[in-house]
Amino acid sequence: MSDFLAQHPILVVSGIKVVVMMLVMMTALAYLTWFERKVVAHIQSRWGPYRAGPHGLLQPLADGLKFLFKEGVTPAGVDRFAYYLAPFLSLSLALTSIALIPFGPQEIRILGQPTSFGIADLNIGLLFLFAITSLGVYGVVLAGWSSNSKYPLLGGLRSAAQMVSYELALTMSVVGVLLLAGSFNLREVIAAQRGFHWGFLPRWNILASPLPQVLGFFCFFTAAIAETNRLPFDLAEAESELVAGFHTEYSSFKFAMFFLGEYASMITVSCLATILFFGGWLSPFPETRFFVWTHYLPTALLAAAGVWLILDGLRYSTLLGKIVLPVLGLALCGAAALVSRPGLLEFVQGPFWFLGKVLVFLFIYVWVRGTLPRFRYDQLMAVGWKLLLPVSLANVILTSLAMVVGKR
Amino acid sequence: MPTTVQTVTGATETMVLNMGPQHPSTHGVLRVVLELDGETVVKARPEIGYLHTGIEKSCEAKTYSQAITLTDRLDYLAPLSNNLCYCLAVEKLLGLQVPKRAQYIRVLLTELTRIGSHLVWLGSHAIDLGAMSMFLYCFREREEIMKIFEMVSGQRMMTSYFRIGGLALEPPAGWLAPVERFLNMFPGRLQEYENLLTKNRIWLGRTVGVGTLRAEDAIALGVTGPTLRASGVAYDVRKFFPYCSYEEFDFDVPTHNDGDCYARYLLRLEEMRQSLSIIRQAMPKILPEGPIRTEAPGIVPPQREKMKTEMEALIYHFKIFTEGFSPPPGEVYQAIESPRGELGFYVSSDGSPKPARVKVRAPSFVNLQALPKLVEGRLIADLVACIGTIDIILGEVDR
Repeated sequence: MSDFLAQHPILVVSGIKVVVMMLVMMTALAYLTWFERKVVAHIQSRWGPYRAGPHGLLQPLADGLKFLFKEGVTPAGVDRFAYYLAPFLSLSLALTSIALIPFGPQEIRILGQPTSFGIADLNIGLLFLFAITSLGVYGVVLAGWSSNSKYPLLGGLRSAAQMVSYELALTMSVVGVLLLAGSFNLREVIAAQRGFHWGFLPRWNILASPLPQVLGFFCFFTAAIAETNRLPFDLAEAESELVAGFHTEYSSFKFAMFFLGEYASMITVSCLATILFFGGWLSPFPETRFFVWTHYLPTALLAAAGVWLILDGLRYSTLLGKIVLPVLGLALCGAAALVSRPGLLEFVQGPFWFLGKVLVFLFIYVWVRGTLPRFRYDQLMAVGWKLLLPVSLANVILTSLAMVVGKR
Repeated sequence: MPTTVQTVTGATETMVLNMGPQHPSTHGVLRVVLELDGETVVKARPEIGYLHTGIEKSCEAKTYSQAITLTDRLDYLAPLSNNLCYCLAVEKLLGLQVPKRAQYIRVLLTELTRIGSHLVWLGSHAIDLGAMSMFLYCFREREEIMKIFEMVSGQRMMTSYFRIGGLALEPPAGWLAPVERFLNMFPGRLQEYENLLTKNRIWLGRTVGVGTLRAEDAIALGVTGPTLRASGVAYDVRKFFPYCSYEEFDFDVPTHNDGDCYARYLLRLEEMRQSLSIIRQAMPKILPEGPIRTEAPGIVPPQREKMKTEMEALIYHFKIFTEGFSPPPGEVYQAIESPRGELGFYVSSDGSPKPARVKVRAPSFVNLQALPKLVEGRLIADLVACIGTIDIILGEVDR
């Protein structure tokens, strides 16, 4: 066995990457729920979680524990296989799609093996991603069908209809990007966005010549919100209509898996939007001497956050907060000092901009949820078929025309 | 587990869905038995009785004054309106005249109640349609109204502040200051709600043309209140049968012709503005000093000072609180414009200290009849919007 692994170090390396990625993702998912609750709370003039740990930082842990220790109720008359398969599908497919996302330009070395910064680097990355995310709807449909209950059934039906209406627009909306990049590989899509108009305006696809992909981005992001079942398209679980929709009959950890799956797809979609339209890990500042200071932005941000945390921690009302927050702040300041060192300074640029952009998209997700009412089932399909699909098709045609004309 | 199932003959079957009594948007414990074809409502039948409290019957076992506390629990979002209607009915029975100062305070507080009730309606209607922030904004504003009620009566919800012949207590000094603050703050907040919803494409899509109620149907069903006025009938008890000095106030009765959910939404927003105007007119009319109760020995409790100096006052006080008072035999009906429509109390007296019969004409109960008319042939999502905009309170429906 060990011989086999020694001969195929790629397996070990991949294994390590998967494990690390799982840990990072699970933590990120947990704290994404915290982030959403905090942001929505502030939109609604509330404070959000504040009791479990300083600033509610232990809330995700408390929620996770609660889900683990709740009794898992299986209603009578469910189709057991599909009923248990559904949440598993939902979460595992959502996590699988994360494996395709590259987080930085560099190669990293694990156990002496050079490997890409991201789990997998496929030539057909984007196609594979869409294939996986489309499968995600099976989780919802199966859950709705197998629960032996009427509300989930309606939720499942809605979800199937929604998927059909949006999947096409979602795929068509990125064709423009693919034309510009000439590749399905996500790294190459990002590489194609390198450079600046007139020396300062980044040539990201949203601003690309010959045709800025604004329409494509609009269609992509709208369809993606529908794809991830979030407000204003959360029809499959619309709590005021279908109680909880497809996951009405799910409890304890099976419910948590749906929940995590939804958040994981949010992260995937935000990453995709960043990669396809906003230049991935590319910095918005040109690589000239004048902009060298921007390399220290990560340092400055980390240090500022650290100092703010220390100051806030000292004023915090509970003893735990007085200890934990300054320690966290110190850690951030330490990280700030670390990333300003020559070797690391270059390394963190890519991931910094990438994560920064992803965070902006996640914020928009939450913002939309805090502001908009929900579409009705038939209106949603009308938007999908009558607005998004024609617009994304027009975008494809216009982009190809512009490219042909531009080459002349 | 059938939905629209193709049977062997090729015909389709419908699915029966029990919506409620435990459901997030049936506003309490309403149960609607739905017959669905896919998501289309073929038939909707409201089932009531899950919040039956027996309040009407209980009133027969209470003295006239004791029954006031029961009326709070009918429409628990507008307790003062219920108090007012019941007290007006008994006062009519007794032929009592309430001092002007008490009347103006009653007007001011019931209009605040109307705003508070409409705020709960707006918040819950918005959250039914998925706009969840609105819910918290509305409750934030309602909290200020609650604080005013608490300041005046000592209670936030079950106020029981209006008594037969006047008010329970003299309002505390400076109580108009928070009302003034509310009046200054609220128009801006209303504008914020409008910015969020009125021209929002999704909101328009969910409410325009949804649940249309034509004027003749509304009249035939006996629908009253904002739901009726949104169908174009300008019927408002405050204008048609003024009570409590409403004839001295200058306000409009807004109407809309469309009769859909959007019209009902716009209409209630406009009503809140009209209520603000009434409150603004009432404030200078409320003199800082003056009687809050009428002088009616044996019916209205005497002032505490008099009890300590006058023998008769002490005796009356004792009699009122041990056996109550006995109105002359007869029956009255008194209606007011509650936030939900025409709220009426029919009180019948047989000359004993307890009412022989109290019957409540609850606007929610009557308006709920319109639900099947609004939703049949539409989608489940519209049903939720319609239940929201006819604004029912189950405590009042079941009594």
